[in-house]
Amino acid sequence: MDAVMLSRLQFGATAMYHFIFVPLTLGLGVLVAIMETLHYKTKNEVYLKMTKFWGRLFLINFVLGIVTGITLEFQFGTNWAQYSIYVGDIFGAPLAIEATLAFFLESTFLGVWLFGWKRISPKMHLISIWLVAFSSNLSALWILIANAWMQDPVGFVLRNNRAEMTNFFAVVFSPYAWLKFTHTITAGFVVGSFFVMGISAYHLLKKQNVELFKKSFYIGATFGLIASILVFLIGDFHAAEVAHVQPTKLAAMESLWNTEKAAPIYLILVPDESKRTNMVEAFPIPSLLSLLAYHDPNATVRGLNSFPSNDIPPVTPVFLSFRIMVGLGTLFIILTVLAWWYARKDKLLEHRNFLRIMLYSLPLPYVATQVGWIVAEVGRQPWIVYGLLRTDDAVSKNLTVGDVLLTFGVFIVLYTALAVLDFALLIYYARKGPLETD
Amino acid sequence: MVLNILWFIIWGLLWAMYFALDGFDLGIGILFPFFAKTDQDKKTMLESIGPVWDANEVWLITAGGATFAAFPTTYAYMFSFLYLPLMLILYGLIIRAVCLEFRYKVNNPTIISLLEIGFFLGSLLPALLLGVAFGNIFQGLPIDQNGYHGNLLTLLNPFGLITGILFVVAFLLHGSLWLSFRTEGDINVRAKSLAKKLWFITLFFAVLFLVSAYFVTNLYSNYFSIPILLVVPILCVLGLLGAGIFINSSEILAFLSSAICIIFLTFTGVGGLYPNLIPSSINNAFSLSAFNSSSSQYTLAVMTIVVIIFVPIVLFYKFWTYKTFSYKIKEGEGEGY
Repeated sequence: MDAVMLSRLQFGATAMYHFIFVPLTLGLGVLVAIMETLHYKTKNEVYLKMTKFWGRLFLINFVLGIVTGITLEFQFGTNWAQYSIYVGDIFGAPLAIEATLAFFLESTFLGVWLFGWKRISPKMHLISIWLVAFSSNLSALWILIANAWMQDPVGFVLRNNRAEMTNFFAVVFSPYAWLKFTHTITAGFVVGSFFVMGISAYHLLKKQNVELFKKSFYIGATFGLIASILVFLIGDFHAAEVAHVQPTKLAAMESLWNTEKAAPIYLILVPDESKRTNMVEAFPIPSLLSLLAYHDPNATVRGLNSFPSNDIPPVTPVFLSFRIMVGLGTLFIILTVLAWWYARKDKLLEHRNFLRIMLYSLPLPYVATQVGWIVAEVGRQPWIVYGLLRTDDAVSKNLTVGDVLLTFGVFIVLYTALAVLDFALLIYYARKGPLETD
Repeated sequence: MVLNILWFIIWGLLWAMYFALDGFDLGIGILFPFFAKTDQDKKTMLESIGPVWDANEVWLITAGGATFAAFPTTYAYMFSFLYLPLMLILYGLIIRAVCLEFRYKVNNPTIISLLEIGFFLGSLLPALLLGVAFGNIFQGLPIDQNGYHGNLLTLLNPFGLITGILFVVAFLLHGSLWLSFRTEGDINVRAKSLAKKLWFITLFFAVLFLVSAYFVTNLYSNYFSIPILLVVPILCVLGLLGAGIFINSSEILAFLSSAICIIFLTFTGVGGLYPNLIPSSINNAFSLSAFNSSSSQYTLAVMTIVVIIFVPIVLFYKFWTYKTFSYKIKEGEGEGY
């Protein structure tokens, strides 16, 4: 294994670790802010208890999101120096802006919220949590602007052996970036709402703190229903944008080898990458792929065989991940419709099996967000900047296999220990319910 | 060209802010296992930095992000050349954050002691290694057309270590002054008497640093050619003297003096480096400077506008936070984290 492959694995692993914690931060932050708002408006003590209970889980999760993110920022320099030199003129700006606009706000007001219960007015305390929720989503915007530029480079010229920015607004208002951003944060909202519904279901099954968890479940279900529909709709637009700017990724998502007019989607499909074709294609839905990709049933969709073989991504992981993501997205809509209906009619306690389903569904949005990133990032290969710079040419020149192996090993051990500790704490405090001190 | 100079100054300022702010909470982390006698002391120490340490660390992220945006070539070489020390700093910061946050959330005594060790090491490693890294940058790194020729061991040279130790003791002093400012009663008295001892040690290493810098670095050449710049190292020394003078009379002035000392210590180094961010110790032609490693004028202009609009806002709410959380923690009532 060479330093490029190891650096890719290292970056992929740290990014996926980071993205275990980030989506929950995005979604749960907003939910906690909503809960505190309800307390501020109604002065009902149960909302205060609720805010403190979910706020504690938010904080435990938040730390890991932050620390795993710091590592990512520095890995561009440590492992991907050639990339950093080539694109730093464009890529560095959103990262620096993210820190200036979002990180300071997020970390400052998290501290204020955590230590401010007795020190600041209830109104300022409420503003603090909204600032935390807002800024963690703002941080996602800037990081996804940077990421979207790697997917769909815009607003630059090639000069002095690097990509130089010529239009900041083209970078910031790139449609790809905004689709990716809205798709990602709504996915985070789904994660947050399933987290709240799952843990509430656990307590409702045990009939503990019923009032608090019924209300929590209802808030989660309402938020989750809206988010599940949005994430699906935006995902559809996002896929159409991918078809437009990254035809190899789209073809890999559907394992489409030959260029077709009025391309169908097969319900059952087994790719065979070595032969550059599909082993099994069954139950076609005519024209659906053309319709979804170009919003035109007769559109022509380019197949992978129309590209040079060294320009196409690994097909099987992208194809499988995409199917899992879409399947789960559909399931989330069904589950949240039911959840919202039962919660609204106050029938949750009668549907114990449904509560069990919601409890065990808690990890599913996590799976969906992880496979979503596999589609986005593996689907972009072999390019680190689509069409511009290959991943192989982006790695630091001076790195030795030993260096990367050593740091990768330490990361795995360290991150695993931290993740175990984190999950243990989350489970412990989630099961315990609201504390006496809340 | 003006923008390059401006961004060189911003680059120095971001590091200076990071050291002056995260410096005291790193210092408290290093003190933690030795200073706290009781669980109550530990809670008080953690509460003293609780509301602010996370935002303090953001200066480091901003310094990294700004280096990437304004001087991408320096960012790429600085972080890939100093690969292992940087990774060690990162491990330290990761462990530290988690140990700090989880210390009062677990009940298992074994895990608690592991978390306390982690908090200590995670504070010590970044302080020491950032000092070592900057000590080496001040001397210049062995860079030529084939890249970098050093490794972790070559970084641990005498001047690198002196700078590393200076960072650690200066942060310890800074941390104990912060602790005395935030506390009252017994812990306040102990923090002050510790600060007095640390003051002499810091003075010793500061003098050692400044004298040995004369022999092993080119830091002074800018100062000798433009004597007015000597104001910078003089302010650093005055800051340190101020910290010593104010220890008994005013806790806040002593702390601020020590912050001024750290800020101007950083600027003494950065001012001596100019126009280089990373000088080559082999041949100055391979040095990474504010001019040959920078982004385009367009990107620098965009970033300048962002800084002009948003940094004052950041400074405003950060100032408000410090004001809100500058109350004295009552004896026996520290709440931990």
